[in-house]
Amino acid sequence: MAEAQNIPVGSNTTGSIAVAAESTVATRMSAEPSFDVADFPVPHGREEEWRFTPLERLRGLHDGTAEASGSVKVELTAPDGVTVETVARDDARLGRAGTPVDRVAAQAFSAFEKATVVTVPKDAVLTEPIRLGVHGEGGVSYGHTVFELGAFAEAVVVIDHTGDTVRAANVEYVLGDGARLTVVSVQDWDDTAVHCSQHNALVGRDARFKSVVVTFGGDVVRLHPRINYAAPGGEAELYGLYFTDSGQHQEHRLFVDHDSPNCRSDVAYKGALQGADAHAVWIGDVLIRKAAEGTDTYEVNRNLVLTDGSRVDSVPNLEIETGEIVGAGHASATGRFDDEQLFYLMARGVSEREARRLVVRGFFAELVQQVGLPDVEERLLAKIESELEASV
Amino acid sequence: MATLEINDLHVSVETESGPSEILRGVDLTVKQGETHAIMGPNGSGKSTLAYSLAGHPKYTVTGGSVRLDGEDVLEMSVDERARAGVFLAMQYPVEVPGVSVSNFLRTAATAIRGEAPKLRLWVKEVREAMERLKIDPAFAERNVNEGFSGGEKKRHEILQLELLRPSVAILDETDSGLDVDALRIVSEGVNRVRETGEVGTLLITHYTRILRYIQPDHVHVFAQGRIAESGGPELADKLEAEGYEAYVKGGAPA
Repeated sequence: MAEAQNIPVGSNTTGSIAVAAESTVATRMSAEPSFDVADFPVPHGREEEWRFTPLERLRGLHDGTAEASGSVKVELTAPDGVTVETVARDDARLGRAGTPVDRVAAQAFSAFEKATVVTVPKDAVLTEPIRLGVHGEGGVSYGHTVFELGAFAEAVVVIDHTGDTVRAANVEYVLGDGARLTVVSVQDWDDTAVHCSQHNALVGRDARFKSVVVTFGGDVVRLHPRINYAAPGGEAELYGLYFTDSGQHQEHRLFVDHDSPNCRSDVAYKGALQGADAHAVWIGDVLIRKAAEGTDTYEVNRNLVLTDGSRVDSVPNLEIETGEIVGAGHASATGRFDDEQLFYLMARGVSEREARRLVVRGFFAELVQQVGLPDVEERLLAKIESELEASV
Repeated sequence: MATLEINDLHVSVETESGPSEILRGVDLTVKQGETHAIMGPNGSGKSTLAYSLAGHPKYTVTGGSVRLDGEDVLEMSVDERARAGVFLAMQYPVEVPGVSVSNFLRTAATAIRGEAPKLRLWVKEVREAMERLKIDPAFAERNVNEGFSGGEKKRHEILQLELLRPSVAILDETDSGLDVDALRIVSEGVNRVRETGEVGTLLITHYTRILRYIQPDHVHVFAQGRIAESGGPELADKLEAEGYEAYVKGGAPA
């Protein structure tokens, strides 16, 4: 109780804040993290980490029946100086940024044949992004990719997911001391695709990691962006934008594990939903461990429901084991674009389509600006436009 | 010359116990340049008339006609009505999060005028209109009606009236909840638009107070869903003195 009062004035405490002697974020998972799929029982859907997910639509990724039958076309372009390797499962560089936390992530780690390791050497400052295109060509696929930045290296990675596949593939980001990495991961799948991925970032001393997760497509997309700090002074910014259409299930489950002192994290995810049975899930877990004095963290999730029949589950969790922090807060809110707003705009001559566009663009504008990459920003705005076009 | 003709208008709303008729045969003609005050007690249907003319989906027209320069207004969607020249200043303007006032105004002006106003001229036009209404320039970057006080919302409505230049302006209880200073500023805005001679004004109000600032040509008393009595400005004086009792069903006998 005394610790709860140490939350600095001005922290936003909307939602639940648990002050726990031991982590319940970790214990809320039904099994311990493991690289081996056999360590996880087949989920039945009532587990905390699966209760929002339509298991029957995972096409067997969760129960071992999804044989790697399909293929994806992978295109990777990297500026000079960057090393791209295809490595065997036993390569020592795999699995350092984090351990799979659920059965599908472990399935991905257990089933991939070769992994890709992309290395940016120490001190290299890239002027062009590393681009990875993953295009699904049907069937089930597994994969594993590691991006590693040496000390003080700086890079931007843009990952594009398109086409149709049932895919479980994890991504690791390993940041050396003082490194800076911005990752944009776009899930622009066909509406039939299934995609599950755990994104683990291990943030070195004084390193800065920025992730922008953009989910538009897919039948089911379920991502776990997760942050671990290897040393003090790291910063992580996690931005997300999703546009969930009729029938789509898009789930983002974030976890920031503050286990080192003087680290910072800033999480902002925004989503718009429209159409019958559009379902977005956002889980934002932040754990400030006993050792993580001087932590500064804030997370926010905002949703805009454009039509009836859509559903949002937004669950922010903040657990604080030390009071010696700079700041900790979280907020979640879901608003509706309602008939009265539509009437007001239309009564000023604005067409229904233009009215929706105005509201949705306004809703996302602030977040898009935080991306900081003009070409990506342009593309996001264009994509938001086309999502609106497709539906109105 | 723009003329709004309302003939035998009947309007219902859906209630838990089925449709309920609110307007029971409204007849009214508003010509360009004229100002008509519609006064009446709460629940008489004044606001229903305003929202029905603008096309709010909650109200169902069950009979009668509304024409603007001969065009059938009831056939038009809400945005078509606005583009045809109907403007409704709302009693309770709606908050639109994420949409800035400046973006909103420009989008509306583009829709109404049929082309985007030239940016440089537009910026000046908005700035001057805001100055006249004593609206803080910082408002331009705030979200539409979000966190606005009652008076700020009403001034923002009149700002739109000035910028969008409709041929028919329906002001739904624009005076309610305003202090005297705000009432004066808002009334001056309405009067500037009226003085152009290009707008027919339907001033809906519960109180006679605003009529000290905006002089109507015609005054109509609204009761039980229709116009119960029409007259000149002197009718407002009578209402000021006697109230609405004579028009309210079961009211005190004369």
